[in-house]
Amino acid sequence: MTRAGGGSRPDLPEATTTASDMGGPVSEPVAAAAGGTSGVRRGGARNRPQWTSWAQRYGAAAAFAALFAYNAVNTPFFMTQQSLVFVLLRQAAPIAIVAVGMAIVIGTGGIDLSVGSVMAIAGQVGATLVLHDKPFLLAIVAALLVAALCGLFNGTLVARFGVQPIIATLILFIAGRGIAQLITGGELQALANPDFQWIGLARPLGVPAQIYIAFAVALAAWLVMKLTVYGRHVLAVGGNETASRLAGVPAGRVKLLAYVVSATLAGLVGLIAVSANSASDANNVGLGMELDAIAAVAVAGTPLSGGKVNVWGAVVGALLLKLLQNTLISHGITKEVAQIIEGAVIVGALWLQRPEA
Amino acid sequence: MRGITKRFLGSPALLDADFEVARGEVHALIGQNGAGKSTLIKVLTGVYAKDSGRIEFDGREVAFPSPHAAQLAGLSTIYQEVNLVPFRSVAENVFLNREPKRFGLIDWRRMNREAAAILHRLDIDIDVTRPLHDYAIATQQMTALARALSTEAKLVIMDEPTSALAEQEVQTLFGVIRRLRGDGVSVVFVSHRLDELYAVSDRVTIMRDGRTIEQRPMAEISRYELVSKMLGRELAEQLAHRRADEEGELAGQPPVLEAADLRRGRALDGVSLSIRPGEILGLAGLLGSGRTETARALFGADPIDSGTIRIGGAPVHLKSPRTAVEHKIGLSSEDRKTEGIIPHLSVRENMTLALLPHLRRHGIVDRKRQTAVVDRFITAIGIKCSSPEQPIRELSGGNQQKVLLARWLCTDPRLLILDEPTRGIDVGAKRDIQALVRHLADDGLAVLLISSELEEIIANSDRVVTLRDGRSVAGLSGGQITEEALMRAMATGSAADDAGDDAGDDDEPTAERA
Repeated sequence: MTRAGGGSRPDLPEATTTASDMGGPVSEPVAAAAGGTSGVRRGGARNRPQWTSWAQRYGAAAAFAALFAYNAVNTPFFMTQQSLVFVLLRQAAPIAIVAVGMAIVIGTGGIDLSVGSVMAIAGQVGATLVLHDKPFLLAIVAALLVAALCGLFNGTLVARFGVQPIIATLILFIAGRGIAQLITGGELQALANPDFQWIGLARPLGVPAQIYIAFAVALAAWLVMKLTVYGRHVLAVGGNETASRLAGVPAGRVKLLAYVVSATLAGLVGLIAVSANSASDANNVGLGMELDAIAAVAVAGTPLSGGKVNVWGAVVGALLLKLLQNTLISHGITKEVAQIIEGAVIVGALWLQRPEA
Repeated sequence: MRGITKRFLGSPALLDADFEVARGEVHALIGQNGAGKSTLIKVLTGVYAKDSGRIEFDGREVAFPSPHAAQLAGLSTIYQEVNLVPFRSVAENVFLNREPKRFGLIDWRRMNREAAAILHRLDIDIDVTRPLHDYAIATQQMTALARALSTEAKLVIMDEPTSALAEQEVQTLFGVIRRLRGDGVSVVFVSHRLDELYAVSDRVTIMRDGRTIEQRPMAEISRYELVSKMLGRELAEQLAHRRADEEGELAGQPPVLEAADLRRGRALDGVSLSIRPGEILGLAGLLGSGRTETARALFGADPIDSGTIRIGGAPVHLKSPRTAVEHKIGLSSEDRKTEGIIPHLSVRENMTLALLPHLRRHGIVDRKRQTAVVDRFITAIGIKCSSPEQPIRELSGGNQQKVLLARWLCTDPRLLILDEPTRGIDVGAKRDIQALVRHLADDGLAVLLISSELEEIIANSDRVVTLRDGRSVAGLSGGQITEEALMRAMATGSAADDAGDDAGDDDEPTAERA
């Protein structure tokens, strides 16, 4: 500095004057003066008994474990490979994949209602291309691209035009299924292409491919959330968008990408669905998936208000919901009652994560 | 209240605290952030349950299970941040949860009439049917007060009610407080502004580290004694500093940032200023004069209609805060809570938010470097937190502010814009922050300091630009910066005899003057 006497102003508290190179990296003693003044308000607003925060974090896993144990004892043939791998895991995998994308969108403070319709669109695109004798890889890539475009549409509405996420994604929720039907004129398309259907039918090491895929997706998402700048940005934008923007976070891009990821994962699951069914049914693929995915995220204690993403929680939520459904069915409980019980479980989960007073 | 103790996760926020308010008394409650004032109030009003101790209200032992119960008993609280429903009408807010009813339906006419009457008592005459967010913060605060009064309160607790008010509104509030006292209502008044405490209080209770240190009549305690009791040590000499001697030392330096004739809607009507490295440029002006708007324009947070901004001599188009950050400008917003902190993220995440792009290696955050940066700043600027992983919302206001300062300092900025950096934080943290800012400037950082406290501007600025009605009207430097000159400039647009060129009607750009 050009100024003289930077470190010797007599009127500053002793410790402050000794600090030197704050311009670049900061040196330590700027503030012994700064220390010792204001205290930490420990605990702050957190004034709830500890078990609820435990329940919030591990409630879904605990419930899953309990339900699992119950079934192990009381449900015939539950502890068989057939039941565990081919029913429970296989059925939960698609929900888990979509729920992972949903968790990221919810983490930004948004929601994606269009995933079910995007599944249908992607499924139709893939199936149609395969049926027109296009290479199966092209069909898969094209389907995923179309799904990503759907996400781009959602994300643009939300991030660029400021449309509320629930409304923005409602558009494709409604229109998307129409689009899917238009692709084939609404007819059911039967498939018979083992390459294309690999993701729905293959069983490497005796385990359905979609289980590997779900695990890989969750692992990747978890790593992204935990390690990358993008993951930090999602939490920041969901936690306080205004503050994030003022800190230079590209909030629009962060949100846009979340919707693209969610839609692309939905597209992937759409392909799994048509492959597994060996048929593409625009009316039914992904029907109700958005609610299953949201429920899976919510049940694991992720607040829908944003700022938190619990990838494994979403996976456990998907498993829990599926196990619950299967348990009720296998015990002969009627569908109507089963639905009520599922609702009650979700209410219970929401109660556990209620905001503190 | 006798011997109140309250622990959070084992660490005491209140330790054996005693507190007593007489009927018809204005009682000041003072202490640094984290001293336990808020906790004491929350225990009293039933937000938190006490761990031990005894609370008497009106001669009977009480333990309010909820704030609502406390309110029914005649104990009303007005919080620092207005806690009302912005989209509902003023009248609805006054009677929120206690709407007058007729035949089970809301009696709108009576509600509007009574709300207007109560507000009239506070010298506020407004249309009570308009939504609350149509009005200024001060009016909203008065609405909160009206709400407290409408409950026939015997004790009104005001937690920093003046932090968002202009001087005249403060006087109105004091008038109301005195009238309440005359009616036999007791008032507990929490504020960081000593002048206000002395102006209105009968007695004072000083808190420190969760204990009540002293309870005395206000007239019997000197400011010096008050502050030193509060800080728990002899008060260090008032922070003073050298100013850049007129143009002398800094004249050779090219400005970091120059702004010429910035205009934006009705908010900015020709703001010009320039900041050189190593100086603190104060931006003074009354509420609504365009201080925050100027800061936001310089940071790219709001687009400008016309005018030029040059950084390091080159004209730039700041289309978003991100562009500003890339140009190494940082902005600490006046509103810490809604524009600063990400509440449930940790100190670490909050601090490195602006730095993240530089901590990236192949898209992955370099956790080692991140931790190193965070640890360094926590020690360097004395942030008190249990660990870097503590959620920032659990820190006191002063410590939150330090984290937000560190958020920018760790990006090694060239220009730091500080909008009300010490608002609502305690004296100790305030002094820390001011000393830190001075220190940074001495090491070459350019600082734009915005404050509604004249003292803060005077004590810390090398030069001052004054704003009036969205225009920069006078530049003062060095010894010219006096309270009188600033107030004259804010009021009349000219600080001294030579500040001629803005009579007002010429739209010519008045290039860099300050």
